[in-house]
Amino acid sequence: MRQYVISVKVENKFGVLARVAGLFSARGYNIDSLTVSATEQDNISVMTIVVRGDDRVIEQVKKQLNKLIDVIKVTDHTDLPCVQREIVLIKVNAPASKRAEIYQLGEIFRADIADISPKSITLGVKGEPDKIDNFIELLRPYGIKELMRTGRVSLVKEQ
Amino acid sequence: MKANGAQIIIESLKKENVEYMFGYPGGVVIPIFHQLFNAPFKFILSRHEQGAVHAADGYARASGKTGVVLATSGPGATNLVTGIATAYMDSVPLVVFTGQVSTRMIGNDAFQEVDVTGITRPITKHNYLVQDVKDLARIIKEAFHIAGTGRPGPVVIDVPVDISNAEHKFHYPEKIDIRGYKPKYEGHPVQIEKACKLIEASKKPVIYAGGGVIISNASKELREFVKLTGIPITTTLLGLGVYPETDKLSLEMLGMHGTYYANHAVNESDLLIAIGARFDDRVTGNIKTFIPNAKVIHIDIDPASVSKNVLVDVPIVGDCRHVLNEINKMIKAPSIDPWIKEVMKMKEEHPLTYDQPQKGMIKPQFVVEEIYRLTKGDAVICTEVGQNQMWAAQFYKYTQPRTFISSGGLGTMGYGFPAAIGAQLARPDKRVIDIAGDGSIQMNIQELIVAVQHRLPVIVAILNNGFLGMVRQWQQLFYEKRYSHTCINFAPDFVKLAEAYGAAGIRVEEKEDVAAAIKKALSINDRPIIIDFVVNREENVYPMVPAGKSVKDTIMRELA
Repeated sequence: MRQYVISVKVENKFGVLARVAGLFSARGYNIDSLTVSATEQDNISVMTIVVRGDDRVIEQVKKQLNKLIDVIKVTDHTDLPCVQREIVLIKVNAPASKRAEIYQLGEIFRADIADISPKSITLGVKGEPDKIDNFIELLRPYGIKELMRTGRVSLVKEQ
Repeated sequence: MKANGAQIIIESLKKENVEYMFGYPGGVVIPIFHQLFNAPFKFILSRHEQGAVHAADGYARASGKTGVVLATSGPGATNLVTGIATAYMDSVPLVVFTGQVSTRMIGNDAFQEVDVTGITRPITKHNYLVQDVKDLARIIKEAFHIAGTGRPGPVVIDVPVDISNAEHKFHYPEKIDIRGYKPKYEGHPVQIEKACKLIEASKKPVIYAGGGVIISNASKELREFVKLTGIPITTTLLGLGVYPETDKLSLEMLGMHGTYYANHAVNESDLLIAIGARFDDRVTGNIKTFIPNAKVIHIDIDPASVSKNVLVDVPIVGDCRHVLNEINKMIKAPSIDPWIKEVMKMKEEHPLTYDQPQKGMIKPQFVVEEIYRLTKGDAVICTEVGQNQMWAAQFYKYTQPRTFISSGGLGTMGYGFPAAIGAQLARPDKRVIDIAGDGSIQMNIQELIVAVQHRLPVIVAILNNGFLGMVRQWQQLFYEKRYSHTCINFAPDFVKLAEAYGAAGIRVEEKEDVAAAIKKALSINDRPIIIDFVVNREENVYPMVPAGKSVKDTIMRELA
C-alpha cells in the first residue's frame, strides 16, 4: 500500500463533488484527504485527492475518474516533481511551564500563534505535508487537544 | 419559437427522431403529458414504471436506438431504479426523464420528492437536474449524445415542474462539445499491429466476444475476422447471436453455464482475444485459475474495463467495429490445425445435452429446442433471469445479433416480458418470445395488458416448475437440499390469468403436446399468448462451474 496524489480537473458544477466522492465509496477506495480548490478559470475546479492502494487499484481509480463526464483531466502527481502545500491548525496543551518550549518549536516551523488561552495554544503551520507531519509529532508529547489539516494542494513544477 | 419546458422536451425528442416513449403519468409531469397529447411519436403507457423502463431497454437492445422513458417524481422515479441499473450494467442507451418538485421546494421533503440525481448517480452514465429552462434543450442534446456514444448507458434528466412550465426560446443545438467526454473510437495502430503479430504467432487462440460487439454493430466485421483467421469463437451471454452458433467454429457460450468445449478451449488457450467483453465473474470463475497459459488481447471502448479483472498483454481501447476493420486489413491466418482438431474433438465428445425424459414429462430444455425448431431460429428471444435464462441461452441457437435480449449484468427477474414488449415494437417483423420462469413472470405480469392493448403477439413461454429454480438448484447442490422459500407452486392459473387480461392462454402438460402448442401460439397475431409449460420440477442447468471455482470443477450432470 502506497500513498498516491491524484489531481482532478473538474467542471465547477453542482454535484461534481458528490460524483467523485461517490465513486470512491462505491468502489471501496479509501480517501486520505480531498481538497477542492478554485483555479485560474472560473468554471474549473481542481480536486487534489490523496488515496492509498496499489498500482492496480490506482490505475482503476484514474480510469473510473476519467469516465465521469464532468471530469476534464486526471493527473497522477505521485511521481511528478510537484509543489505541495497544506495547512494545519493544532490546539496543544500549554501550561505556563511549557509555553516557552512550544513557542520555540513554533518559531522553527514558522508557525502562527493563532490563539492563546490559560491552558492551551493554537498554532497554525503551512508547508509541505512532511513538514506538517514532523511538527505534529514534535507537539504530540505536550498533548494535542484538537487538530485539523486542510488536505494538500499540489501543482506540477514548471519544467 | 417561444416554448415552455414541456414543449421544449417534446420538440427536442422530435429532433432526436424518437419513435416511442415509455412511461407513466403523475403530478409533476402533467405539463409534459399535456404536450405529449399531440406529440407525433407514440407513447406507451406501462402499468408500472419498472415495466416502462425495461420496455425502453428491450426496444433499445432490439433496435440499436436509444430508449426514452418518462415518469413522475418520487415513487415514479424510484420505481425506475431497477430498470436504470439493469441498463447501466449491460450498457444500454436510455434517456430517462423524471419529474421533480418545483425548484423552490427541492430539499423541503415535499410531497413525492426524492433526490433522483443522488439515487441514480451510481447507476447512470450521467445525470442532470435541470435548474434553468434555458439549459433544457442543450441538456437533452447532451443526454442523447452521452447515452448513445462511447460505451452506451442510461442518462437521467430530472425536470422540476416549474422548469416544465417556464418559457424560453426553443433552440436545439446542432453540435455540442463536452470537454470531459471524448470517447475514443479508433484503436492505436501500434497496438493493433502488436495484436496481429500475437495472433499470427499463436498456436491455441480463442476469441471471446461479448455484448460490446453487438452494441458497436460489428457482427459482420467479427465474422470476417473469424473467416480470415479460422480461430474458434465463444461468446458471453450478451454476445449471443453475434456469431452464428450453428457454425463449426462457434463454441457457443462460455462461463458458469457455458459449454464444456468453450470453457475448456478458453482454459487451454495460449491466446485469448477478448472483444467487447469485460471478464465478468460469471465468465471467469476463480480468476486465479482462469486462463493459466494465455496471453490476452482486449479490445474495448471503455478503458476502465481493460485490466480491471484480468491483466491484459495487448490492450486496444477503441470501438470494436473500427478496430476489427483495421485488424482485418492486415491479419494473416495463424497455423492452428492441430488446435482446431483438438477443439472439434471436445465439441464432439462433450456436447451440450440433457437426459431425455420418459414419455410424457416435459423437460424445459426440450421446450427451448422446440421453440428453436418451430421458429427456425428466426425469433427474437427475451428471457427472464434464472434457469429459464440459461436454458434459453444454451438450447436455442442464435445466429443474428440483437435476437437475444436478457439482463446479464444485473440479473433482473421481471425484465424479460416488458423487454419483449419493447422488442416487439422495435421489430414488428419478428416473432418475439419471452422464455420465462413461473417466478420471474410474476414480477411484471401487470404489463400483460400493455401487450393486449397494442395487439402485440408476444409469446410468453413459462417453464413452470413451481420453484425459483436457480436458487433451488444452488440449495440442492450447495445448501443440503434445504429448499427454503423457493417452492412457489402456490401459484396463479396462468391460462385463466391470460384470459382475464384478454390474452390467449395455453397449458401444456405432456411432452407430446409441446409442438402443437407452440404452433398454435405462432398462429396468433393479434394478442399476446401465454403458454404454461408444466415442466420437470427439479431439473438443473448443466454444465455448471460453481461460483468462484475453476473449469476442472465443472459439474457436467446430475450426480446419481
